[in-house]
Amino acid sequence: MAKALGHVTGPLIKGNPVTLHILGICSALAVTTSVATALTMSAALTVVLILSSAAISSIRRHIPASIRLIVQITIIASLVIVMDMFLQAFAFEMSKRLSIFVGLIVTNCLVLGRAEGFARQNPVWPSTLDALGNGLGYSLILLVVGTIREILGAGSFLGHEILPLVENGGWFQPLRLMLLAPSAFFILGFIVWIIRCLRPEQVEEPEFRVVGLEEERRP
Amino acid sequence: MMELFLSSVFEQNLALSFFLGLCTFLAVSRKVETAFGLGIALICVQALSVPVNHLIFQTLLAEGAWVWAGLPEVDLSFLKLLSFIGVIAAMVQILELVLERYAPPLHRALGIFLPLVTVNCAILGGSLFMVERSYTFQESVVYGLGSGIGWALAIIALAAIRERLKYSDIPEGLRGLGAAFFITGLMSLGFVAFASGGAP
Repeated sequence: MAKALGHVTGPLIKGNPVTLHILGICSALAVTTSVATALTMSAALTVVLILSSAAISSIRRHIPASIRLIVQITIIASLVIVMDMFLQAFAFEMSKRLSIFVGLIVTNCLVLGRAEGFARQNPVWPSTLDALGNGLGYSLILLVVGTIREILGAGSFLGHEILPLVENGGWFQPLRLMLLAPSAFFILGFIVWIIRCLRPEQVEEPEFRVVGLEEERRP
Repeated sequence: MMELFLSSVFEQNLALSFFLGLCTFLAVSRKVETAFGLGIALICVQALSVPVNHLIFQTLLAEGAWVWAGLPEVDLSFLKLLSFIGVIAAMVQILELVLERYAPPLHRALGIFLPLVTVNCAILGGSLFMVERSYTFQESVVYGLGSGIGWALAIIALAAIRERLKYSDIPEGLRGLGAAFFITGLMSLGFVAFASGGAP
């Protein structure tokens, strides 16, 4: 049970797919202008990830190794098509706002990465849990970035006004930059920085060491 | 046409304003040489796959494409994801064979990057944008070429900056990925300036 729990909690912060493995950031940044889009996208990705991991893991003994990528992509693409149609049927406005990014779950490295790296060699149950954990880890980053961008960029959270805007008689002047692309990069950069300060084992080795600098530091 | 070309290269840069293809963008941008190889490979594939996908979508998948066969209600556009990925994968394979036969030096240089390009969201994203914005065939040719060049431009610039930063003393937690995010953010800030007002 502890091991099963480890599959779920491991990828939340310690082995977070976005900040540690750089997987799936393409969509992680584009849909985070508001919390609502970030939530929808996380839910869509988590569902696709869980279903595809379970499906691939259950037929893992029957997929010939030489065509496994094609099989995996076909499974993922079919699931994404279903998800896309589901969103168009039940949340049309939202699917317009997410535009092509639901479709791009197909090439999201996270889904294929988990299929290739975990589900291909493990039984169904652990693969499902691993997919759930990675989906939640991804959702966590999306939510944090989405919350920061929406609160600072529009003064609201899930559409409710939190910081009273100047135009409505309040004091908060929204930062338009937060709604533009660059802010997403900066916020994600800060998140990576914070996680690596808390967990120094994730710090990357420098490619080169400047000799003088090291000596200077040693007393 | 020129306007569309410039806007796809600068204003609507796939990597810096739509965040497409970022996984490869950050992973393969440590050296200018490799970034250049990947950039060229991406331009080739993008410039070919967007028009080809346009033709396939218009003749086989779009609503009303089967009128001539007496099937006016058939709308296969939900199959676009699967068929685009198939087309892109096939495209990459063909390009690899052609290059190997007719331009061995180029094939040796691009060899390892071509398969990487298949799973790049910039390629699929370009084709999906082409459908969503309903470009004509000529526009899709221009858009494919422009967006490919824009992506290549961005990755080569990022690699050049990262190469210069090799010897700098960056705070520990920020080394590598963190610094790459900040540099990309700064570059993206520059590209936002193209979009708002001062277009080239």
